[in-house]
Amino acid sequence: MKKGSIKVKRGLAQMLKGGVIMDVTNAEQAGIAEDAGAVAVMALEKVPADIRAAGGVARMADPAKIQEIMDAVSIPVMAKVRIGHFAEAQILEALGVDFIDESEVLTPADEQNHIDKHKFKVPFVCGARNLGEALRRIAEGAAMIRTKGEAGSGNIVEAVRHMRLVMGEIRRLKGMREDELYYAAKELQAPLELVRETAKLGRLPVVNFAAGGIATPADASLMMQLGADGIFVGSGIFKSSDPEARAKAIVEATTHYDDFELLAEISKGIGEPMKGIDVRQLSEKELLQVRGV
Amino acid sequence: MKVGVLALQGDVAEHIAAMKRAVRGKGNVIAVKKPEQVGGLDALVIPGGESTTIGKLMQKYGIDKAVLAKPELAIFGTCAGAILLAKEIENYEQFSLKLMDISVARNAFGRQRESFEAELRIPQLGEKPFHAVFIRAPVITRAGGGVEVLARVNDAIVLARQGRYLACAFHPELTRDSRLHRYFIEEVAAP
Repeated sequence: MKKGSIKVKRGLAQMLKGGVIMDVTNAEQAGIAEDAGAVAVMALEKVPADIRAAGGVARMADPAKIQEIMDAVSIPVMAKVRIGHFAEAQILEALGVDFIDESEVLTPADEQNHIDKHKFKVPFVCGARNLGEALRRIAEGAAMIRTKGEAGSGNIVEAVRHMRLVMGEIRRLKGMREDELYYAAKELQAPLELVRETAKLGRLPVVNFAAGGIATPADASLMMQLGADGIFVGSGIFKSSDPEARAKAIVEATTHYDDFELLAEISKGIGEPMKGIDVRQLSEKELLQVRGV
Repeated sequence: MKVGVLALQGDVAEHIAAMKRAVRGKGNVIAVKKPEQVGGLDALVIPGGESTTIGKLMQKYGIDKAVLAKPELAIFGTCAGAILLAKEIENYEQFSLKLMDISVARNAFGRQRESFEAELRIPQLGEKPFHAVFIRAPVITRAGGGVEVLARVNDAIVLARQGRYLACAFHPELTRDSRLHRYFIEEVAAP
């Protein structure tokens, strides 16, 4: 028996495809997410919108909090560590979480190095704004990518920007001659082997979810149509007026993202979405997406 | 032969690719999202994914009823799909089609860090071992009278057949070996 192989790590991400992963801060919210049809939950002390509002240093959640959520649901439980903070990751692996998010939503612990994710049996998901970032994270051992968007903003604009960038760069690679991939790898600042593999597959070699700003069923449909394999919803559910209804609606919208009559039904009467913020009003220092590139 | 892959959630694309390799041009493989698509199928694959999510989405739009209304439909359930075929789920309260007389335990090997790859002996597929990928996998804890046990890991049942139904705890769609998909098409689903 071989445990913790690349195949089983990437494989869990493949099982999450077409699904919605929801941020939750306690057992009750985790139950609501599972009942709504979430494929996994992200255990946090605060959702990104509250992390943003609170300021200060954002760290790994209290393991007792994460354990409470693991005990409450049967679906996979993810949890976040600071970029480069491999000790937080070692603790979460020991705790038994199913997936670790090395996340720009928390305050980075290392401004040069990400975690060497090959050293772990537990799979990692990492954020990326473009293809180069995505392939560098995969080279470090990430088993799953999520486009970063702008976490806690409730605004889809950055998620769209990042997904279009990643997908556009993949389409560009696909059209290249083999002898052009060397320069492409140099430009992308990514390993040649992964650039070749991506060009050949016509997609990232791992599952790629959309994240950072999804607040409505229409947002989920938009990201799926742009090529996402699935959806992360952070603040968008529990910062809305009716989390149960919205969670269910986003799950259904992710499955039926190309059935617009059904989407019209799904989108009816699910209360107020989170208020959200205009990303253009944020200063460069307030942006989470620029952390860990 | 018309084969559908239930496309509500999970590793649908992997199953479609594996099934296309298995039917070798002698059948159609389609993604199934709507109950009205079930009527025209000879066989259905319920893929890997989250069994709670797939079960809820099946019920929401009546795919469960469409499947239950067609007893001649052959069904291949992998991982989440095997859970959805089972008569009884031991450790959780959740929906299943209850088509096979088996009991399953979810996440029976533990959490993700216990997920593993192993070589299985499956006599029905020939001498060569089958490389099997287990991800937060269930096991079959009880097989009823008409159920044929096809493979075990240690002592746990991980592959079983009952008539036109095949339940598998691992993920044959994650490897290039299409013998199990072919076995389903040629032995289980063939009229």
